[in-house]
Amino acid sequence: MNMFKATLLSAIIALASPAAFAAGEKGAPIENIDFSFDGPFGSYDVNQLQRGLQVYTEVCSACHGLKFVPLRTLGDDGGPMLPEEQVIEYSKQWEVFDAELDDFREATPVDHFPESGLETAPDLSLMAKKRKAFSGPYGLGINQLLYGFGGAEYIAALLQGYTGEEKTQAGVTLYENKYYEGGWLSMGPPLDDDWVEYADGSSTSLQAMSEDVAAFLMWTAEPKMGDRKQAGFAGVLFLTLLSVLLYLTNKRLWATVKNKK
Amino acid sequence: MSGIPHDHYEPKTGGEKWIHSRLPIVGLMYDTLMIPTPKNLNWMWIWGIVLTFCLALQIVTGIVLAMHYTPSTDAAFASVEHIMRNVNGGYMLRYLHMNGASLFFIAVYAHIFRGLYYGSYKAPREITWIIGMIIYLLMMATAFMGYVLPWGQMSFWGATVITGLFGAIPFIGDALQTLLLGGPAVDNATLNRFFSLHYLLPFVTAGLVILHIWAFHTTGNNNPTGVDVRRTSKEEAEKDTLPFWPYFVIKDLFALGVILVVFFAVVGFMPNYLGHPDNYIEANALATPAHIVPEWYFLPFYAILRAFTPDVWVVMFASFISGGIITAAFFGVVAMFAAIAVMAAVPWLDTSRVRSGRYRPMFKWWFWLFVIDFMVLMWVGAMPAEEPYNTIALIAATYWFAYFLVILPLLGVIEKPLTPPDTIEEDFNAHYAPKVGGTTTIVNPAE
Repeated sequence: MNMFKATLLSAIIALASPAAFAAGEKGAPIENIDFSFDGPFGSYDVNQLQRGLQVYTEVCSACHGLKFVPLRTLGDDGGPMLPEEQVIEYSKQWEVFDAELDDFREATPVDHFPESGLETAPDLSLMAKKRKAFSGPYGLGINQLLYGFGGAEYIAALLQGYTGEEKTQAGVTLYENKYYEGGWLSMGPPLDDDWVEYADGSSTSLQAMSEDVAAFLMWTAEPKMGDRKQAGFAGVLFLTLLSVLLYLTNKRLWATVKNKK
Repeated sequence: MSGIPHDHYEPKTGGEKWIHSRLPIVGLMYDTLMIPTPKNLNWMWIWGIVLTFCLALQIVTGIVLAMHYTPSTDAAFASVEHIMRNVNGGYMLRYLHMNGASLFFIAVYAHIFRGLYYGSYKAPREITWIIGMIIYLLMMATAFMGYVLPWGQMSFWGATVITGLFGAIPFIGDALQTLLLGGPAVDNATLNRFFSLHYLLPFVTAGLVILHIWAFHTTGNNNPTGVDVRRTSKEEAEKDTLPFWPYFVIKDLFALGVILVVFFAVVGFMPNYLGHPDNYIEANALATPAHIVPEWYFLPFYAILRAFTPDVWVVMFASFISGGIITAAFFGVVAMFAAIAVMAAVPWLDTSRVRSGRYRPMFKWWFWLFVIDFMVLMWVGAMPAEEPYNTIALIAATYWFAYFLVILPLLGVIEKPLTPPDTIEEDFNAHYAPKVGGTTTIVNPAE
């Protein structure tokens, strides 16, 4: 038994060690935001996703694409859940290249969002999974179970992290951002108070919009999060029940053997 | 199949006899399932089932993933996203496969350390041990190639670094590296051959698993005392053993169930916990990540690889006497493979006549230090190649070799072991003594 306990401990350490790699990341520490999708039971807030979609459409999409995201998924359960009519309507504003026509045409829901319009702007589809901000306590990363790994928080922090300093380097203007690794990035402050007008009258402060678009980008990165957590929950529940039954079976099975001389 | 005397399958009906005289497959399955198993096995003997489950899980999920995956540098990354977004249950298949690899390695390390502690590698189980080591090597190769397939940044740069190791081998290195990569650099040819081999090797592993099981079914299981099962008669053997079914099948399934609860919690609630975020960035040959870190299960050997820097005296000495043919990089590669080779050779390095570590007072300390050493190597493998990590890695790597090459051979001579019990039955009864006295009959209210 001693050996078993020690092995269990070793397994925990082994599991925990990779999260420790992220501990040395540069840039100011990212604060947790209490997103609706954090934790084992969290799910996306449909209204927030719709607001985030609006911010993306009106602001980010000028330069950044979402090439892995099919437009039709905007109507999916667990996503922004736009009605079918709206998805068709929304899709029309994008132009996509059609290889058959050898020309650009209006997008339909079966198409994906376009690629980045600006060549140096990264695609945002998976941005919320490209950054790991949380690795505590003690670098073990267990807090990710409750907070997520912090990609959405990183995006929200970055949008609010501009210090106002600029510098020109080799003909390129760089902007200082306290959350960016290295401190200077070529994207200027993309968002400010009241740049977007929400139909539902929600706050359009820089902070609120940053969180909305961060939540939306978490959805683009992990659209099946709701299904996954549900499956995980069912799996844990079912296997716990199975384990209890097997434990009782095992105990009864061995009872006669263990007391026999 | 087993050398322990026990009842064999007897065909009873005409149909059974008809099959049995032509292909005794039912008998083979019966004898395998009913094999006499030492009744004092503890909870460290459950990892075999977990490993078998992992292999099956990886093969089943992998085959379905392969139906949707495209092995081409242009389409690989997008096809993984296609699996995550469009394939029914695809996100679950991929996260199971991804985290299944980690569960596989947790189980294999527990299994190996179990063997090292209880002396399972000692005669007559050397072949079981050697086959196990080959399976472990194949697992590492398979996992490494599988990690390349999503074609993320860590896939690409991990492949570049690891195949670069082969390039460090004198004379044949460059040719070998080109053969591995299918060209001068990691590219489409690399991705395609890795995909092909990633699909092939698990089936080779499955074949070796059958040999592994065959081998220890011939010798019989080891057990926590290291004492052999009495084989003079069936009656004697039955005092030491219980049939695998149902006693150990149910016990192992219970353990597997508990482990899978944790596994499903990780897959369902934090599936990217063990992954590296950089692998969600598509591979880019022009942008090197700040830190190239292998998956956690490679870290101890990665640490040994990097421990032998050019300023270490053994490396300088080797370089000097070989006239510069042995570089630090090559020395590191040799050290990494040698670390596994010495482990494979442990049946002949351990000189103690007592099998189980339970009865070896000095060995215990060195063994647990070895486990800590493994953890330290894992931790230091994740750290950047700078001081103080280099020194720590060197000390830890030295202990790894010292454990196998110096400590184990010497301990057998120096150590005065305790006396193990005479029989497995004695050990079992010491743990599960009759509740009242020695001669009372047991009253079971349920009957």
